[in-house]
Amino acid sequence: MIDFELEPQVLKRLQMYHMVAENMMRPISREYDEKEHEKPWQFYETMWQAQALADVGAPTKSDEKDSGPKLRNLYTVLSTEELCWGDAGLFLSTPNSGLGGAAVMAAGTPQQKARFLKRFSEGKPKWGAMAITEPHFGSDSAAVKTTAVRDGDNWVINGTKIFCTGGEMAAEKSEGFVVVWATVDATAGRAGIKPFVVDHNTPGMSVIRVEDKMGIRASDTAAIVFDNCKIPLDHILGSAEVKREGGFKDVMATFDATRPIVAAMAIGVGRAALDFVRDFLKEQKVEIRYGISQRRLTALERDFMEMEVQLKAARLLTWRAAWMLDTGKRNNLEASMAKAKAGLVVTQITQKAVELLGPLGYSRQYLLEKWMRDAKINDIFEGTQQINMIIVARRILGYGSKELN
Amino acid sequence: MIDFELTEEQQMIRDSVGAFASEQIRKAAREADETGKIQAELIAQAWQLGLTSGPLPEQYGGGGDTRSAITGALIAEELGYGDISIGFHILAPRLVAFPVAEMGTDEQKARMLKQFSGANFVAAAAAIIEPKFDFDLTAIQTTAKRDGVGWILNGVKCNVPLAAESDTLLVYAASDASKGFAGVDAFLVPRDTAGLKISEREKNMGLKGLATHGVTLENCSVGALARLGGDKGINFSRLMSEARIAIAAFGVGLMRSAFDYARDYAKERKAFGVFIAQKQAIAFILADMAIEIDAARLLVWEAASRLDKGEDALEESYLAKNYVAASALKVTDNAVQCLGGHGYVRDHPVEMWLRNARGLAAIDGIATV
Repeated sequence: MIDFELEPQVLKRLQMYHMVAENMMRPISREYDEKEHEKPWQFYETMWQAQALADVGAPTKSDEKDSGPKLRNLYTVLSTEELCWGDAGLFLSTPNSGLGGAAVMAAGTPQQKARFLKRFSEGKPKWGAMAITEPHFGSDSAAVKTTAVRDGDNWVINGTKIFCTGGEMAAEKSEGFVVVWATVDATAGRAGIKPFVVDHNTPGMSVIRVEDKMGIRASDTAAIVFDNCKIPLDHILGSAEVKREGGFKDVMATFDATRPIVAAMAIGVGRAALDFVRDFLKEQKVEIRYGISQRRLTALERDFMEMEVQLKAARLLTWRAAWMLDTGKRNNLEASMAKAKAGLVVTQITQKAVELLGPLGYSRQYLLEKWMRDAKINDIFEGTQQINMIIVARRILGYGSKELN
Repeated sequence: MIDFELTEEQQMIRDSVGAFASEQIRKAAREADETGKIQAELIAQAWQLGLTSGPLPEQYGGGGDTRSAITGALIAEELGYGDISIGFHILAPRLVAFPVAEMGTDEQKARMLKQFSGANFVAAAAAIIEPKFDFDLTAIQTTAKRDGVGWILNGVKCNVPLAAESDTLLVYAASDASKGFAGVDAFLVPRDTAGLKISEREKNMGLKGLATHGVTLENCSVGALARLGGDKGINFSRLMSEARIAIAAFGVGLMRSAFDYARDYAKERKAFGVFIAQKQAIAFILADMAIEIDAARLLVWEAASRLDKGEDALEESYLAKNYVAASALKVTDNAVQCLGGHGYVRDHPVEMWLRNARGLAAIDGIATV
């Protein structure tokens, strides 16, 4: 039965996330935006200690049995929104298995999942990262040139990866891992592309650069070089066999799970901006009048309502995409719809919010300008808006990549 | 708990109304638009689906189904997929039946509801909108003044569906203009009441199949029993939330029809050696349409689900309706664009859908869930 109400126990847990966002993230938001490459270790330690929070960002398939909430992906989406309302950069840099974990969940065998993910529930803070993008491509993930060649009991990986979120933390600053996508057979096209787990500080893997960015500055974005990097044979996730259907499909399966989360990140930032504007207008005694004729609204009221309803629309699309994953429905159309819409509207919402506050919006006195910078990445990473529009278009038209590219 | 699944019963209703809409209503849409007439046979057939009588209480001959705003939204979307003019006509009796069932006194229910439970279509409709550019539901100009035990109504209404063939009109008027929504009452006014004048049929850009009229109330005197809800009056804000959700749901159906048509066309029309759907310029327009349709539907469902839980949905229904009004215009406009010159020609339905979509922003309270 159609229902949009959250259960009391979920609401209760979300309140806890909200407290973290408000009391632990917001107060250090500006500081770690300004000190771009420094790390809030105290915040990390606290987040790591709170085991309940450590699973955020690690989506699971519906067949995964655990003691968590019934709608686990939906719950992850909700908590992500809450934490990104606090600070999206800090959220992204929080120690957990991250996108690397998502790849393990999507492509690994049950034994691999247990083996590689165990570290995230014990010891010191750790990070997982995923390395897919290369300098010569962005969203065209099938163009992977990094190679994995079998050499006795090892795979030898060679190539350069860029835009790895949390790459530095995963590869060098903790006992984490990087999941790198490499081809085992360049002639096989996308079917030959496989994911490999590379442990932290494996010889041959080195972080050569950490990007300076417009926003989400608390999170490191690394370029990583693999130079004859040797890893054990059983570090390939899933099977090494090149099948027509295999390999790259797992990248896409990962995205089906992570795109709703990225959409939720966007929504969290958008909600922060919207809440800020709402409170600000209230202080200025500007009333938002719902229910009256649209033709009698002020421009300010119209702008605000437009922001509000667009955010809501994106949010509902996101919830639906996550819910579908939880209920075992194929969601790749809906995940892309949510991601495309959320990335776009949150970019627009935060820009409009800055505009509405005039010089105060542009000033670094408030976090609003930061949220506009933080929001933009959501329209780019995990597939740009345009890539997601292509995916949506292909699905609604019944086209493959040959018919529409 | 969050759930996006329809109940089996909702699925069945959606399927049956959807089949009727795509097979019967769609076929009749162009003729209704050109001639302004809807075949009585079609309306009679639609009546058999029990869309008005089903949710009425059994004691008044109704089906006794639980009235659900979400189910209502599903019905409106399907009818809107067929044709919104015809859909509005089919559901117009609900504009009297449902407010009476929900907020009427026992006497009013006994007096009014039975007629809607019969085998034949009974026209009835509500007079809400007024002919002003900045017409506002919270500032209705039509007045209701107490006159002994009864009331005197004065004012001008427009866009009253089926006014000329309805025996009773539900007229909304401000009994206390200072109170906004809370100061609005509704009155059951027989068409032959002295002082009530129905003007000739209105001519609009779209929604041409639907007969709407202006209504003038000049010192129109009604008895105490005419006031809906008796001494308690009505919850106007809730009724308007129901109405806005209905219009928004109709709009979602309209958007869907335009999208389907444009998509199919784009997959058959060749230009520069490929189907135009293979061009990103067109494919992205279609993708955007698909996203807007789903987003709009979810906004409608969320607002409707609040109503079903008995919560206030003024804000949600307002935002959803405004969203749909804007996105339906965009989507239907894009459909015309996808067909190019052919979209502008009346051989294809997309130009009609664009004209109809424009109406969504202008009309409030012309349908209900």
